[in-house]
Amino acid sequence: MTETKSPSTPGPAEVWITGIGLATSLGEGLDANWDALNARRVNVDEKTFAPYIVHPWAPVNLDTQIPKKGDQRQMEAWQRIGTYAAGLALDSAGLKGNKEILGRMDMIVAAGGGERDLAVDSNILNLQARGNSAPGFLNERLMNDLRPTLFLAQLSNLLAGNIAIVHGVTGSSRTFMGEETAGVDAARIALARIAAGQSEIALIGGSQNGERKDLLVLYEFGGFNLKGKFAPVWERQNNAGFALGSAGAFLVIESKAHAQARGARPYARLTNVVADLAHRKHPGEVTNSLEKLWSKLGGKLGEQGAIITGATGAEPATSEERAFLDAHRNFPVRATGSSFGHNMETQFPLGIGLAALSISRGALFPPNDPSGLEVEMSKPPSQIVVLGAGHWRGEGMALVEAIG
Amino acid sequence: MAAPRDKLGRPVVVVTGMGVVTSLGAGKADNWKKLTAGESGIRTITRFPTDGLKTTMAGTVDFVPIEPFSSTDLSERLADIATEEAVAQAAIGSKADFPGPLFLAVAPVEVEWPQRLELGRATGETDFNYDSILRVSGGGRFTRYHHRFQFGSVADHLAEKFGTKGSPISLSTACASGGTAIQLGVEAIRRGEADAALCVATDGSVNPEALVRFSLLSALSTHNDPPQAAVRPFAKNRDGFVMAEGAGALVLESFEAATSRGARILGVLAGCGELADSFHRTRSSPDGKPIIGCVRNALADAGIGPEEIDYINAHGTGTPENDKMEYLGISTVFGERTGQVPVSSNKSMVGHTLSAAGAVEAVFSLLTLEHQRIPPTINYDVPDPAIPFDVVPNKARDARVSAVMSNSFGFGGQNASLILTREPV
Repeated sequence: MTETKSPSTPGPAEVWITGIGLATSLGEGLDANWDALNARRVNVDEKTFAPYIVHPWAPVNLDTQIPKKGDQRQMEAWQRIGTYAAGLALDSAGLKGNKEILGRMDMIVAAGGGERDLAVDSNILNLQARGNSAPGFLNERLMNDLRPTLFLAQLSNLLAGNIAIVHGVTGSSRTFMGEETAGVDAARIALARIAAGQSEIALIGGSQNGERKDLLVLYEFGGFNLKGKFAPVWERQNNAGFALGSAGAFLVIESKAHAQARGARPYARLTNVVADLAHRKHPGEVTNSLEKLWSKLGGKLGEQGAIITGATGAEPATSEERAFLDAHRNFPVRATGSSFGHNMETQFPLGIGLAALSISRGALFPPNDPSGLEVEMSKPPSQIVVLGAGHWRGEGMALVEAIG
Repeated sequence: MAAPRDKLGRPVVVVTGMGVVTSLGAGKADNWKKLTAGESGIRTITRFPTDGLKTTMAGTVDFVPIEPFSSTDLSERLADIATEEAVAQAAIGSKADFPGPLFLAVAPVEVEWPQRLELGRATGETDFNYDSILRVSGGGRFTRYHHRFQFGSVADHLAEKFGTKGSPISLSTACASGGTAIQLGVEAIRRGEADAALCVATDGSVNPEALVRFSLLSALSTHNDPPQAAVRPFAKNRDGFVMAEGAGALVLESFEAATSRGARILGVLAGCGELADSFHRTRSSPDGKPIIGCVRNALADAGIGPEEIDYINAHGTGTPENDKMEYLGISTVFGERTGQVPVSSNKSMVGHTLSAAGAVEAVFSLLTLEHQRIPPTINYDVPDPAIPFDVVPNKARDARVSAVMSNSFGFGGQNASLILTREPV
């Protein structure tokens, strides 16, 4: 969208979160996720990919958000999860089918890539191992074995493309990549644009399917996968790593003026999002980076403040984050990784969604942490800092506040 | 140059440094010389065997050796080369201390076949399934592949090497990515968040699987012989695009910041437009509305009318579909003037540099403004009567050019347009 704000408009616009769409390993919709969190339920699969642990996606009736079977077939699981969650967010904002607004709604999706055809890959590798090394062998197999449409299910920007096709969000479409930070920056840029009058309303979020061996391979290269027995994030010092999660998390954010003009009910205010990149050459850089972001975030947290973190359980990032948290003991902490697994690009939007949900429901969901780092919160939260320190790179924070 | 603010009261965004690398060569001088001489960088692929492939040519950058090859490694090197040139020209900041954020357009990253085949060999077995692959992946033997194949890895490298500030953004809007990277930089400066931004777009995607993927979608030209004649934008005998590699880098600054440090201003990023298409995953809406809206958004953002555009740097891929839809979009917005505005396609010479194209072509658009010379559309021997553009056929042309529109369209309904001018508008 082009900018419409005149230079005389005073100050940045206030931005509200008016839609939340969650489709996770704990279920679909706000109530199902809220209830599961309150019941301290965790959905992990320790067997299918043993010794690796993943959080499988809770089955849904895809037809309710992706009515055309043809559309469903054109997507791989990660895109279906994301397109489904995006639809839930639009429903939650009361915008489903509102062509006028959807046609000018901006979109920033934080995405990785799509799954591979493991049968095709395995076959090629086996044939190679048996001596097939003629020039053109790989070409021939790929030309014959790859499904033509698989490429479209793999392309990062095709989650946004599918959301445009299925839900009609077409104001703009941008896809950010780069693991955890992509989710932070999607929120950061969308917020900055709305605050500056460059945009009025945006859909942001991401999705991941953790039930993927090719994704496990990528993280196994770096020794990041949680193996053996599941443990909450704060209890992984002797068995570091993350369990890949499966989740779609999308948010509708808009200027207060835009929300009020259409009579939308806000969950919370998205006050600020900040991000940085520590090069992590020396111990303590993540802790320092988080400290700096904390002071940049503004809005001093009061006694109704809390922290929702996407701590991965990977080391040394999680220990460095714990050092930061130890310096801010006054605030109750919740690690989404314990309940939802690690969803990379999606973890930060998921955290913002849970922060807004907690504020709107007047309670922080209970701890799920035998280590004792997470403590009960008796007061209703009015300020929640969402924290994300990437397993390898990138640090980010958001401040979500009650409207008032 | 006068006002530091544009018609809409926002900071004027100028370009103070540019770098480019394509199959024609490294650097602006070499590229511009060949581009205006109508030379093609498309060649028969020698990087890997092409047996069994329908398309055997591409605009590969073979003068940057990468061993063992991975597209991500090549993308990173190409981005380095273009960025070094841009930052040196801008003479901004100090070594490894660029005073602003990085916006990087980069192809989606994934583990590639040389590495996958290495994993297969590492199993030591001749009959195995994917679980064996998974088992040998761990233990620290392939840690470097985790780093290499993170989506954020190229941006991480550039951010460290050039010392950009804050969280670098890696983005993909498919073949419009380069335009989007520039738009993000323009927006950051207009918001007053930064005085300078580094916008880079890179692509080194010519590998067997990428070629096969586009081939299976019937998107690629099969005019293999001679390869130089393969890309035929707007011609009746066009039959697809040709994959190519390259990178473009731009240093953007607010007019105020640039002038206060005495920087030479190379041009103005006057406007950006975008609009998504919900019609189909690979095809444009047949009514052309998203392209029309995108072009109009860019003009409105620049605060100018179509009558002020002197040259259109077309997306012009040479696919039957794109060129037809681009004509529909442009002719709807430009009306009777359509046939009088020169419209040429750099891709006729450098091929389609995919994620990099928007930035590569922005650099060429700025060089067009600087040299007052329009690069041609080559291989234009059989005009398509359905596309009566003035395509600047086969030979470069001197012309008065003060405002250029550069278009990029991509799979997934991505559309982005830029307006570049010599002076603030």
